[in-house]
Amino acid sequence: MAGHTGRFPVKHVIGFILSIALTLLALWAALGSDLPTVWIIVSIMALAIIQAGIQLFMFMHMIESESHNGHVPWNMIFHGLVLAAIVVAGSLFTMYSGHGSGGDHDGDMKHEQQQEQHEGHTEH
Amino acid sequence: MQLDEFFVTGEPLIYGAMVSIALVTAAIIFILTYFKKWGWLWREWLTTVDHKKIGIMYIISALAMLFRGGMDALMMRIQLAFPGMNFLNAQHYDEVFTTHGTVMIIFMAMPFLIGLMNIVVPLQIGARDVAFPYLNAVSFWSFFFGAMLFNISFVIGGSPDAGWTSYTPLAGAAMSPGPGQNFYLLGLQLSGIGTLATGINFMVTILKMRAPGMKMFQMPIFSWSTLVTSFIIVFAFPILTVALALMTIDRIFGSQFFTLTGEGMPMMWTNLFWMWGHPEVYIVVLPAFGIFSEIISTFARKQLFGYKAMVWSMIVIAGLSFLVWVHHFFTMGMGAFVNSVFSISTMLIAVPTGVKIFNWLGTLYKGRIQLTTPMLWSLAFIPSFVIGGVTGVMLGMAATDYQYHNSYFLVAHFHYVLIAGTVFACFAGLVYWYPKMFGHKLNERIGKWSLWFFVIGFHVCFFPQYFVGLDGMPRRVFTIIPEWMPLNVISTVGAFGMGMGFAIFVYNIYYSLRYNEREKSGDSWDGRTLEWATPTPVPFYNFATVPHVEGLDAYLIMKEKGQTTFDEANLKPIHMPSNTGQPFIMMSIMFVASFGLVFEWLWMAIAGLIGVIVMMAFRSFDYNDGFYVKVDEIKRTERSARGL
Repeated sequence: MAGHTGRFPVKHVIGFILSIALTLLALWAALGSDLPTVWIIVSIMALAIIQAGIQLFMFMHMIESESHNGHVPWNMIFHGLVLAAIVVAGSLFTMYSGHGSGGDHDGDMKHEQQQEQHEGHTEH
Repeated sequence: MQLDEFFVTGEPLIYGAMVSIALVTAAIIFILTYFKKWGWLWREWLTTVDHKKIGIMYIISALAMLFRGGMDALMMRIQLAFPGMNFLNAQHYDEVFTTHGTVMIIFMAMPFLIGLMNIVVPLQIGARDVAFPYLNAVSFWSFFFGAMLFNISFVIGGSPDAGWTSYTPLAGAAMSPGPGQNFYLLGLQLSGIGTLATGINFMVTILKMRAPGMKMFQMPIFSWSTLVTSFIIVFAFPILTVALALMTIDRIFGSQFFTLTGEGMPMMWTNLFWMWGHPEVYIVVLPAFGIFSEIISTFARKQLFGYKAMVWSMIVIAGLSFLVWVHHFFTMGMGAFVNSVFSISTMLIAVPTGVKIFNWLGTLYKGRIQLTTPMLWSLAFIPSFVIGGVTGVMLGMAATDYQYHNSYFLVAHFHYVLIAGTVFACFAGLVYWYPKMFGHKLNERIGKWSLWFFVIGFHVCFFPQYFVGLDGMPRRVFTIIPEWMPLNVISTVGAFGMGMGFAIFVYNIYYSLRYNEREKSGDSWDGRTLEWATPTPVPFYNFATVPHVEGLDAYLIMKEKGQTTFDEANLKPIHMPSNTGQPFIMMSIMFVASFGLVFEWLWMAIAGLIGVIVMMAFRSFDYNDGFYVKVDEIKRTERSARGL
């Protein structure tokens, strides 16, 4: 195999330590810190983006010339992003546009009343 | 914990099962010891990285799981035909239908198809193995141990009983305490690792390791279906992994993701489950489409009609499969707008599927049809699957779905698509590729008997269920009212017909092993694609020389030109991977870790996970690059295999 050059994989070890450190930091932000909820979410998001960058550039050989003939695999990244969008947006769409969950309480009450009327009709 | 809490007690059926498990295990150990086969088992099977042998192990395991799931089905049918007999009580019935669904989808349908992919795809595209043979062995053993973990639940600890969908809050710790539901979570998690790795493996294999000259649109259609399926696996399985992990954390560590208390969202489980669950349906049906396409084209003696349309419709189906998941829970209360959106996307799927049906009919049109057993399975598939598809469109209309939801109409529908699609394809594919795997065909006459028993039994079993469903019979009930009685009895008779069909199929394996003549050439059915270009039995390196592919139906072109995969002038040493016991050992340690988590014995889980990490470290410093097969050895093997 051409891969065994015998060099110590400095980049991978740094990436590995960084990704563990970022994960611990996120864990601390959520469980141990006294930050307001909004800032916890913002900081976790920021950590997640850095984490994704570490994965892509330090482990996935995104910009190394020998991988994928030197091209960045935009196609696969695009598909991954579309899927993530479907999962997140789709869940929000199905979970929060119904009667049962989320929304403000007034809205919920109205929906429930409508539903009751509706059910009343079908029984006739 | 007391021993009587560890083992399931008090059920005569389960005592019987325990005795039979002990007897079978003792018999296997005795046979292996008596014939001194332990070394053979370890060298040839447990440590193998050969895609063909891994495929065979997948199929044997899947057949065993088909037997288990089938027995569950027969138990349910007996209960529903004689509801007054108290054959199964409510609790036991719940456990049986949960196990039946989970085993059939996760441990039967997927492994069966993945087994066929393992055997056939590298041969079809002219590769000498999959891209990552070691990972392939890891995949198999993770599936195997996941299946074992799930299957021991009914004698140790108790079976899960919340349905194969395991909806929360019912499946949560509050309403389903004990290890049962943990078996479901960890069993699926463990085998899911393997499925995900298989998806990656086949994606890379097909994209990178095709024979020289084979363009994407010259690939055999089964390889195409495998590629599309691999993409669905890679995109869909992480969703299941995360959902299972969240529920595991809920149950074992007391978090509140899917609970009723603490701002948990039980319905989010349903949402995430079906985000994986719907693509899963296509994971098990697209390879089936690929198998039928190969068989219909071979035995109609015609090129597949509308090859490009077939490929594109699979790609469109794969894309749409991620946009329809809500149709599994229209009645959950998302509101009319959400339901309408998903109603429309659901109906869109009927379009590419319809294209495929017409292309199969187009392939048959004016073909010189040979009614072999695999062809008969494929012909039985088309009308049966259409019935399943049409009722699927009925269910897909959100407004009417409120009538059909959770009734036997739904049960009949998904058995029509999954049995007529996937199970028929598994039988058809196994019969079709059997000579390539074992060096002899299955007996045609006995094969047709098993086919007729199974197909007629299938319709007798499930067609009445549409009507009993319209009569209002809900699914997952262990007792019925007198009005539903006659149709249920008919159903049960059909189910036993299917059982007969399966028994005859298994007998056929034994009969053919003893009496059927051995294959003399590798080309058993006058095939069109590259797997038939190899001699039978297939040498472990597959192709002595990899042919240059010049078009669709590569082997047909080679036969016309008089070429073979043994070009003596161009032999070179072949680089092959070495066998290794690591995947087996790593996954058996993972099994121990998962078992610890099931019983919430954290010391055992942690010890097991450390063991797995140690195994991974071993792998990282493993510089075994495989070995080279010498030209002389290739010559000798090929000459004896080809009778030169």
